[in-house]
Amino acid sequence: MGASSTLLMVSHGHCLLCLLFSVVRFIYIKTFNSFDSFRIKSLPSLPSLSLSPSLVLMDRRFPFKVLEHIFSFVDSNEDRNSVSLVCKSWFETERRTRKRVFVGNCYAVSPLKVARRFPKMRSLTLKGKPHFADYNLVPDGWGGYAWPWIEAMAARRPFLEEIRLKRMVVTDECLEKIAASFRDFKTLVLTSCEGFSTDGIAAIASTCRKLRDLELRECIVDDLGGDWLSYFPETSTSLVSLDFSCLDSEVKLSDLERLLSRSPNLKSLKLNRSVTLDVLESLLRRAPQLVELGTGSFSDELDPEEIAKLTKALSELKQLKSLSGLWDLLPEYIPLLYSLCPRLTSLNLSYATVQMPDLIDLLSRCSKLQKLWVMDLIEDKGLKTVALCCKELRELRVFPSGADLDETDVTLTEQGLVSVSEGCPKLESVLYFCVQFTNAALVSIAKNRPNFRCFRLCVMEPFAPDYRTQQPLDEGFKAIVERCKDLRRLSVSGLLTDKAFEYIGVHAKKLRMLSIAFAGDSDLMLHHLLSGCQSLKKLEIRDCPFGDTALLENAAKLETMRSLWMSSCFVSFGACKQLSQKMPRLNVEVIDEHPPKTRPDSSPVERIYIYRTVAGPRLDTPEFVWTIHKSPEVGVSRLSIR
Amino acid sequence: MSPEEELQSNVSVASSTRNIVGVLKEHNYLGLSDCSSVGSSNLSGLADDDKATISLKATELTLGLPGSQSPARDTELNSLGPAKLDEKLFFPLLPSKDEICSSSQKNIASGNKRGFADTMDKVPVYTEKNWMFPEAVVATQSVIKKEVTQNIPKGKLSTTNNSSSPPAAKAQIVGWPPVRSYRKNTLATTCKNSDEVDGKPGSGPLFVKVSMDGAPYLRKVDLRSYTNYGELSAALEKMFTTFTLGQCGTSGATGKDVRNETKLKDLLNGKDYVLTYEDKDGDWMLVGDFSWEIFIGVCKKLKIMKGCDAIGLAAAPAPRTMEKSKMRA
Repeated sequence: MGASSTLLMVSHGHCLLCLLFSVVRFIYIKTFNSFDSFRIKSLPSLPSLSLSPSLVLMDRRFPFKVLEHIFSFVDSNEDRNSVSLVCKSWFETERRTRKRVFVGNCYAVSPLKVARRFPKMRSLTLKGKPHFADYNLVPDGWGGYAWPWIEAMAARRPFLEEIRLKRMVVTDECLEKIAASFRDFKTLVLTSCEGFSTDGIAAIASTCRKLRDLELRECIVDDLGGDWLSYFPETSTSLVSLDFSCLDSEVKLSDLERLLSRSPNLKSLKLNRSVTLDVLESLLRRAPQLVELGTGSFSDELDPEEIAKLTKALSELKQLKSLSGLWDLLPEYIPLLYSLCPRLTSLNLSYATVQMPDLIDLLSRCSKLQKLWVMDLIEDKGLKTVALCCKELRELRVFPSGADLDETDVTLTEQGLVSVSEGCPKLESVLYFCVQFTNAALVSIAKNRPNFRCFRLCVMEPFAPDYRTQQPLDEGFKAIVERCKDLRRLSVSGLLTDKAFEYIGVHAKKLRMLSIAFAGDSDLMLHHLLSGCQSLKKLEIRDCPFGDTALLENAAKLETMRSLWMSSCFVSFGACKQLSQKMPRLNVEVIDEHPPKTRPDSSPVERIYIYRTVAGPRLDTPEFVWTIHKSPEVGVSRLSIR
Repeated sequence: MSPEEELQSNVSVASSTRNIVGVLKEHNYLGLSDCSSVGSSNLSGLADDDKATISLKATELTLGLPGSQSPARDTELNSLGPAKLDEKLFFPLLPSKDEICSSSQKNIASGNKRGFADTMDKVPVYTEKNWMFPEAVVATQSVIKKEVTQNIPKGKLSTTNNSSSPPAAKAQIVGWPPVRSYRKNTLATTCKNSDEVDGKPGSGPLFVKVSMDGAPYLRKVDLRSYTNYGELSAALEKMFTTFTLGQCGTSGATGKDVRNETKLKDLLNGKDYVLTYEDKDGDWMLVGDFSWEIFIGVCKKLKIMKGCDAIGLAAAPAPRTMEKSKMRA
């Protein structure tokens, strides 16, 4: 088996890359960096390549054809980014073969550049606003407009099939443009987006003949009624996934039933809350092939006959793996779900205000569960059951149910998470809201589960120390970052001193995203993070007592990161100016909703958002955002050309 | 020394942690070296005993609602020097809202934490003042920050999702706990709905099912989105016109009742339908006899019945004239 067949048949991008790298290095040495004079005869590692003489003459095309083929196996965009840095011809080949384009910050690069660079692009994923926009820390109108991207793609890349947007402002015009411009459009996934109405959705539904996925996840939609569902043409049968759980208004049952009846490929259906329980049965009857189901409201009164029919319909869903929705789930209806439990791998009970005893009944039957989202009503006891029964669990999220903290009778403590970390060997991702925590618990968790990739602990009380020892939670988080070598994402909370961040800076080598609130003592904290944490890409900080010194010292680090968010910290305007002048490829944006009349250098700024970009300062900043100008004389610039 | 050089000097001693702390103590981020240095010594490295004493303060019994500044804290502030007094001036007690009076005090104490200040968005001018006088404020901030943060008692700081409970003195920190607003809004609705079921008045949407004889499915209406019977009837008309015979003419206002319940009856009677509701006791009554406010308090379900079915169904308060089975027919 010669190297040639290895080259052409091995499908793992990495192996190919390694092999190719060594080949290329050899070629470089042999031909003095001249691909033009490349000759097949000079490739000893390809002895059995039987090529016709004509191919020998096509020495220019040979590398491209082979490279193209090899690159088609390289999936990960990170690998592709590395590949494109090797040399010009690899850059060219890679860019011509990239089908899925991911832009983590829509302002880091101009849409035109992206459209021109990737002619074969089929899928575009964009993220707009900073993550803290989810928690109302970014005022409305900040930006993140999808329109320039849609416009650019519509003009240049009409074969685009998939668009996935997160935290962006999407208008009805955008949706109409998508519908009108991309004739093979298949997938639209909008997560946490806003700015559009159901009219835009109707446009997509009616015009995109090959639509496969239409998912609106937690968007804020101007809901003008449920008519949009009727816009799916009668001939439309290609739907695979439909998620309208964030919409408020009712859709017509008959429209939905007919759509389901003619969508044999539908695998994922997430209804909205206004779909009542009494109609669920008739919907499920028409879609027994569902793999993912998000129910509507689960609280209506049904008579025994209806209950029996619904139970039967649910038990017919033999392929169902994921269940969500379950708004207002009444305890008496939980037994209806028992037939689904043994097959479930994903269960989202985070909108079901069900108490612990009922949850235990349900969860003890879900032995294959991999992903569980639940409210803190599950309590420690419930989590113990999860630890006993759900041995396949990989992801756990426990949300606060909103009860007043000091009047709560929900006994969810750190013990719950400790039990799960003990009992579930595959657990790697956690989001846990809890009132208080202890270092001992964190240390146990780290010992039990060194395979965490994502650990987000939200101790809901700011500055809460270890409630047993009154110490800061430094030692606990130290254990986490020391032992969990694969940690990619971390959110810290509770009382933390600079020491905690020293540990994080030193140990968290693979950490990519870090979220901090109400922590630390001084600039040291930021300094530790920015001078350590080799892989840090996104850092978001709120209400921490530092700013200028560490920021300016570590300015170079900021260009290796996607973005830095700091709000309610002590960053002065002068430091922002210095930073911006020092680092030409960073946009330093000051967000200030109550700007002072004069802005001396020492005045602190409300919020700053710093991100690397090759597109220069953006042109769509609203009145409360200032991009610090690069030249020292001009304080700030606000170019507002929409 | 220009700020640039100061910072350079800070950089140069970056080797040892201690030194950096020392340097940062001397020159806070603005380069101010005098007034904060005394206070900064309080911050040095957070010695354990400091923390212990500080946390003791947190457990002190104080007058007033939790989260408010104790008188002792005030005197502390006073003793810290004139600069701090300036700061107090810049955080005058926020007016009017009684329930948040003490939380406003907390905001004063923790004004340097913008998170608190952010939430008092009804009086933005105060937070603005904060930033207008950096010499006094910032210096004090770096000093008192630590004490302030330790003084905030436990458990009083998080925002609650359940807005139906009295907000009391809990300051709402913007964006804390970090729960997506989508989830907060959804849960708020859930809480309010469940409150309704318990009979407690909520202020959120109040959905009731509306069924109609002969219609293939139910609708739901939010009673709180209407303010009188007229609006409700108009909305129901719109929803159920497909099922009613003929046009729904506007039967002229009889003029005898300003509350429109008669109009409602007339409209529906004109099409031989009546609107009935099931109250908390499970009895079916004719709609229109109570005032709107009372009605939405007692109504659990609505049903549009044919006139002939509703014979004998007396208006409130004379219930129990029809068996329930007849109603569900």
